[in-house]
Amino acid sequence: MGNKETIVDPRGPIIFDIRNLWAYYGEKPAVKGVTCKIPEKRVTAIMGPSGCGKTTFIRCLNRLHELSPGARVEGEIFLRGKNILEIDPVVVRRRVGMVFQKPNPFPTMTIYDNVLAGYKLLGIRLRREEADRLVEEALRKAALWDEVKDSLHKRGTYLSGGQQQRLCIARALAVKPEVLLMDEPTSALDPKSTAKIEELVVELKKTVTIVIVTHNIAQAGRVSDYAAFFYLGELVEFGPTSQLFTVPRDKRTEEFLKGKFG
Amino acid sequence: MRSILWRKFKDRSALVVITVLAFLPALPLFHILYGIFRLGLPAFSWNFFTHLPTPPGEPDGGVGNAIVGTLMLSMLASVLAIPVGILSGVYLSEYARGRFGEVVRVAADVLQGVPSIVLGIVGYLWLVRPMGHFSALSGAVALSLMMLPVIVRSTEEILRMLPYTLREASLSLGVNYWRTVIKVLIPTGLVGITTGILVALSRIMGETAPLLFTAFGNPFWNFNPLQPVDALPLTVFKYAISPYQDWIRQAWGASAVLTLMVLGLNLISRILARRLSGDGK
Ligand SMILES: Nc1ncnc2c1ncn2[C@@H]1O[C@H](COP(=O)(O)OP(=O)(O)OP(=O)(O)O)[C@@H](O)[C@H]1O
Ligand SMILES: [Mg+2]
Repeated sequence: MGNKETIVDPRGPIIFDIRNLWAYYGEKPAVKGVTCKIPEKRVTAIMGPSGCGKTTFIRCLNRLHELSPGARVEGEIFLRGKNILEIDPVVVRRRVGMVFQKPNPFPTMTIYDNVLAGYKLLGIRLRREEADRLVEEALRKAALWDEVKDSLHKRGTYLSGGQQQRLCIARALAVKPEVLLMDEPTSALDPKSTAKIEELVVELKKTVTIVIVTHNIAQAGRVSDYAAFFYLGELVEFGPTSQLFTVPRDKRTEEFLKGKFG
Repeated sequence: MRSILWRKFKDRSALVVITVLAFLPALPLFHILYGIFRLGLPAFSWNFFTHLPTPPGEPDGGVGNAIVGTLMLSMLASVLAIPVGILSGVYLSEYARGRFGEVVRVAADVLQGVPSIVLGIVGYLWLVRPMGHFSALSGAVALSLMMLPVIVRSTEEILRMLPYTLREASLSLGVNYWRTVIKVLIPTGLVGITTGILVALSRIMGETAPLLFTAFGNPFWNFNPLQPVDALPLTVFKYAISPYQDWIRQAWGASAVLTLMVLGLNLISRILARRLSGDGK
């Protein structure tokens, strides 16, 4: 079990305060008693071998986990001091956006409508200029504007995989979330698109907190300020990336970083 | 040497036999189409489409009322079956876990196997008896019971085919499940769902049995759903068994109209289905 010395509280403002979080599929726990604090406007990387509960963990943070059949969550997750397990999940998901492993733009919508999906699907009406402005702003933030500004009214699915993933980032950013969860956002992409998304992640932390799951240790090293290491559902170690990478406090973290498993 | 030749010969003949057999189901279809159009098309005329039926021997009779009736019945049946069918399909694919879903699913399958004349009796019991007279509405109810299982199962299958990531994309934007169904899943599966509806429609348009004790038939113009109406299959049925030459000629004509309608629907659903599998990624 992760003990006090291996879980280091971040300095500066905290956005998520997670206390003794357990997440189950049926009777089987996939996240076991995780306690940690996620720093605001920083990139936090979630690492660990396959099946250790990384995806399950971040899906608790926007309450997507509970939609899996038989899923259950215990513990507390404070988002700016309010336990999100006690507020309407729909509200939580507006504040905590998510980008998935495989790009998933809406196939029936244009690029423009995809970006505005967070408004259109909820029936929120926008004035034309406001909509245009939101689309441009989100696409610029997602570093996609220059590539698509002349084809905004084409289907989102016509874009390349990497572009589709940035479109999904733009879609998540358009509703102005406080946190952006990313579950291995580059694992389905080529190296060039991956580099682009990594750059983007570093750029985005100026305005939004990022929690990114990654299988790629080097990627965690490049983009993250803080890193968490999960093993068999437990949070083994949490701390500044530089510290965790150079002087890991737990033997399992060290072995993982050396490529012993995963 | 001989044995190789012999095997080759067997191989060849098997291919020929299979090809011929494969063509066999198409043969009656072409024969029917040929027969219907050869005997039916000559009956087509302006009057045929726009006039009311006339007594045998009187010229210029038509099946205008039956065409109107068939369209009315199809439309009413669609109005009844489409919303219910889509909603049950959505329920089965998105919400049904466990026993109740299984019950609905089995019910749809059983309904699909119920003989159409029995559905006619259902329409009779539900509406004709209480109302005291035949009506288009009762016929449409019987027909909608035929459409229902087709729409339910095709909607369910289409929605199940949509990837879970599509639902997640919407849910993660703070859209609730119901809106996700209405605004994302149904539009994404729309082509497939529409195809299912057209298949269901083309199945019911040619049905006679469910209409015998419901819509009943009506030799006059009727646009009121609460009154009996004529329908093309009823016309075919009545005229084809009559001894009169020109009624029999018109029965062929009515068959041709019906066949064209069904072929048209099939064609549209095929085009849609092609779009679904083609660029519908
Ligand atoms: N829908 C589910 N139903 C039941 N068990 C599940 C489900 N999803 C995941 N699990 C189990 O929960 C555990 C954690 O899974 P999770 O997907 O969170 O791991 P992960 O760290 O994201 O793995 P990966 O690196 O392969 O993505 C695994 O043992 C997995 O088998
Ligand atoms: Mg995962």
